[in-house]
Amino acid sequence: MLVPAIYLSAALFAIGTLGVIVRRNAIIIFLCIELQLNAVNLAFVALSRHVGIEGQIYVFFVMTVAAAEAAVGLAIIISIFRHYETVNVDKFNLLKW
Amino acid sequence: MTDTLFVLFAVVSVGGAVGVVTGRSPVASLLFMVATLASLAGIYVLFEAHFLAAIQVLIYAGAIMVLFLFVIMLLNLGHDYRADLKFGSWSLLSVVVVGLTASVLVQGITGSEADDFGGHLADPAAAAAIDLAVAEKGAVGAIADPLFTDYVVAFEVIGLLLLVAIVAAVVLAKPRGGSEGA
Repeated sequence: MLVPAIYLSAALFAIGTLGVIVRRNAIIIFLCIELQLNAVNLAFVALSRHVGIEGQIYVFFVMTVAAAEAAVGLAIIISIFRHYETVNVDKFNLLKW
Repeated sequence: MTDTLFVLFAVVSVGGAVGVVTGRSPVASLLFMVATLASLAGIYVLFEAHFLAAIQVLIYAGAIMVLFLFVIMLLNLGHDYRADLKFGSWSLLSVVVVGLTASVLVQGITGSEADDFGGHLADPAAAAAIDLAVAEKGAVGAIADPLFTDYVVAFEVIGLLLLVAIVAAVVLAKPRGGSEGA
């Protein structure tokens, strides 16, 4: 069951990448990044059956970092929304030349 | 039985992932994401990672997704049905980037498969060791034991990271100036 799980992980990661590129809503882009993190978690869990319990411990750390990232990222989105009244990433061009 | 369940969960998770990307309203995308996360929790159970399956449902599908939902409600984006997919040159770019990502991943996987994942695939010792640890210490103890011995420094650092993230989130989301109060 390891190899199908790794392919599933690759498919989820690719779909997450697609979402990050094609969507404009900052919150959905964020959801797609979470999807990519989960794809990697799945690979870790699948490999832990063959390599050792460390795989599951890394997943624990990845989940914690994902929670921290979601909190900070959503705070940034709220802060940007206060300024621009939108979450459309095409409208934030302060750092664009 | 296990294979049937795996296929079921895999189909639900990929369908949910496609729904996240194509969902018209942010709330619909979020609910598709919850379906994906729940089916991934099911796959974790199939891989005997029961504790991770539990925290996947509690932390991810519960806490983090509710945080997203709160932000969608706070910013009143729930009925934002305007299509926000990028088309034109972006669709070409996305096809190229996603195709490259997928081909690199598939190439890496087939390479590791030929290599038998560094000889780990045929070796049942790791799975037996995990099963023994789970039988001896329980599903939580099997993870907690290495977490509080070999990985205790990383565990403390991750606690510090969470504290920093909480402070940063409060500071960032607070209105500027402060004179306007709440």
